[in-house]
Amino acid sequence: MSSAAEQFLRDAATKSADLVHREIIRRNMDSYEAAHQRGRSRIKNWEAARRRCQEIKREAIEHLDKYLLQFEEKVIAHGGHVFWAANGDEACAYIKDLAVSRNVRTVVKSKSMVTEEIHLSPVLEKVGIKVWETDLGEFIVQLRNEPPYHIVTPAMHLNRQQIRELFREKLGEDIADADPQKLVALARRKLREAFFAAEMGISGANFLVADSGAIAISTNEGNGRLSTSLPRIHVAVTGIEKIVPRLEDLGTLWPVLATSGTGQPITTYSTLIGGPRRPSEADGPEEFHVVLLDNGRSSLLANAEEREVLTCIRCGACLNICPVYRNIGGHTYNTTYQGPIGSVLTPHLRGNDFQHLAQASSLCGACSSVCPVNINLHHHLLHNRRDAAASGNAKASERAQFRLWRTAMLHPGLYRLGGWMMRRSLRLLYGMGLAGTVFDPMRAWSRKRTPMPLPAKSFRTRWKEGLEKEEQGRGQVGNK
Amino acid sequence: MARKVSLFVPCFVDQLQPQVAVDAVKVLRRVGCEVDFLPDQTCCGQPAFNTGFWDEARPCAERFLRVFKDAETIVSPSGSCTTMVRAFFPELMASGALHDEAVALGKRTFELSEFLVRQMGLTDVGASFAHTVTYHASCHGLRELKLRDEPLQLLRGVKGLKLVDMLRFDECCGFGGTFATKFESISVAMGDSKADNIAVTGAEYVTAIDPSCLMHVQGILGRRKDRARAIHLASILASEA
Repeated sequence: MSSAAEQFLRDAATKSADLVHREIIRRNMDSYEAAHQRGRSRIKNWEAARRRCQEIKREAIEHLDKYLLQFEEKVIAHGGHVFWAANGDEACAYIKDLAVSRNVRTVVKSKSMVTEEIHLSPVLEKVGIKVWETDLGEFIVQLRNEPPYHIVTPAMHLNRQQIRELFREKLGEDIADADPQKLVALARRKLREAFFAAEMGISGANFLVADSGAIAISTNEGNGRLSTSLPRIHVAVTGIEKIVPRLEDLGTLWPVLATSGTGQPITTYSTLIGGPRRPSEADGPEEFHVVLLDNGRSSLLANAEEREVLTCIRCGACLNICPVYRNIGGHTYNTTYQGPIGSVLTPHLRGNDFQHLAQASSLCGACSSVCPVNINLHHHLLHNRRDAAASGNAKASERAQFRLWRTAMLHPGLYRLGGWMMRRSLRLLYGMGLAGTVFDPMRAWSRKRTPMPLPAKSFRTRWKEGLEKEEQGRGQVGNK
Repeated sequence: MARKVSLFVPCFVDQLQPQVAVDAVKVLRRVGCEVDFLPDQTCCGQPAFNTGFWDEARPCAERFLRVFKDAETIVSPSGSCTTMVRAFFPELMASGALHDEAVALGKRTFELSEFLVRQMGLTDVGASFAHTVTYHASCHGLRELKLRDEPLQLLRGVKGLKLVDMLRFDECCGFGGTFATKFESISVAMGDSKADNIAVTGAEYVTAIDPSCLMHVQGILGRRKDRARAIHLASILASEA
């Protein structure tokens, strides 16, 4: 087992027993769910909207080469720059060099999971640049020196008392009653100073529009617009899979993203940015750079079976509905992207150390049922499990166990004998009061559950002996 | 003419919960089916398949095809194992000569409530069960077989039964096969959430179409010494006044 897998098991055990955490997440998810349901009911035909989004994103991914080049051409024509980064190091180096050469001292960032993926902030901080996260949730987790808990709502795991404490300690102001409005006002005051000081703004992109060479950003706090228009340089960092063919595609994607992300009809600020400030314009940056990140995406593209994973629009709906996520929380995954999409994606981006994530699922399929682009997430988890077993990374003991199991299942006589022996020995053991103890081979089941039923006779034995005879002997049927 | 049905009894039902299959036989016979059980059957291969060991699962699936080759209609008291046959056998045999046979087999394999409601057109099977019952929608039945209303229709047809709604009735109970023991803490936490929702209903019984989910739910309810007990839909439908 990889050390990442061991860490995951430990953290999962701690978090899933943390009832305070469970309650915070339950409350937040309940309100999300109500909003999500209201949001979906506003769309006349939700299933048709999902299918349309799926088609748009599938088309984009199937012709990624064509649309990316089209996008690049347009951005350059608008006076912008495009940098193709094969991996995170290349992306970080480009942005760092750009910042150093332009004498940047302060950077404001609007929310971007890709910059988390490439660990950009530490690289900039190392050369003495002050980096401000300007999304409120990101601002909070940055003050706590921890990664986002959730791809859409980064500080979902905290209540206002905890935020009050954090602000008191880090910002030196105590909001006595932890009034949310006053807490927000304090953060806003601090962030305004940063916006006016910053020479560079860094954003992500929700969509890259190929036919117009624009990036589309959805935010709710206005920090996206301030980050991309006040500083003299704007750098957008994004994965190559964010492309959509046409501007009109946003007519479906924007409301569906907002509905799935937060239940809103559309996010408060839906921004399209097509390049640096033009001579006739009053505001906007002098320089506009787009960093297009591969970082494993093109190898996923080459895999026809798994390709559709690239159509994800990062709405977070699969995290919100996932009963595993609800119990273990975002940080336990120890990945940039958490929840079902993270468990599917991460082994493809970061390799074998994250194969355990596919196992940490009951395969309930709730994720696939809400995905706005119809990604069959839980089937991809099955594929990841298959690939893990085939790659030889599976535990040798488990492989041996399943080989033995196969032999028994292919020989009914062996199966009958094995089943009888198992029931017989466990009955004996449990009769001695040893269920759930170290002597119990099924203790992972029976430590926290009553032992499984161990009937004296299997169904096939009862069938052979004659169910009709049984019927005459007993009047009542029950689940014994 | 009586409809001939071949019973597919999942391995853990055979070994651990035989009464569920006995009750399924009773219900099928009561509605006029001629029930057969092929004693050569073992496991459909789902445990290996779900764990990623497809090469170990495939021979079990192929064997399943051979055993049930001549069966006209196959019925199983498990949504999960029916899903394995219908949804995953074709994928498991995607590249083999048996693919088409697997697809055809899937089309004549049914989960019990699906068979009774969709194939036989029944919602009242002559059962009587004077208790308060709440329903848990098992994941595979709900999301792979799209069985949303069928079990509820059957429950509404049971004499004396009072059906009460459960919050998050369609949220996973936390079983998930080997997940339950590999990730014991997460599985138990999910089971506890389910048990909390069951407790709120005040029902005497929680029912579902999957024996595995019910075994897990009962394990959790038992540890908590909760009032409710888990019972398979087949056992409710088999009950008579």
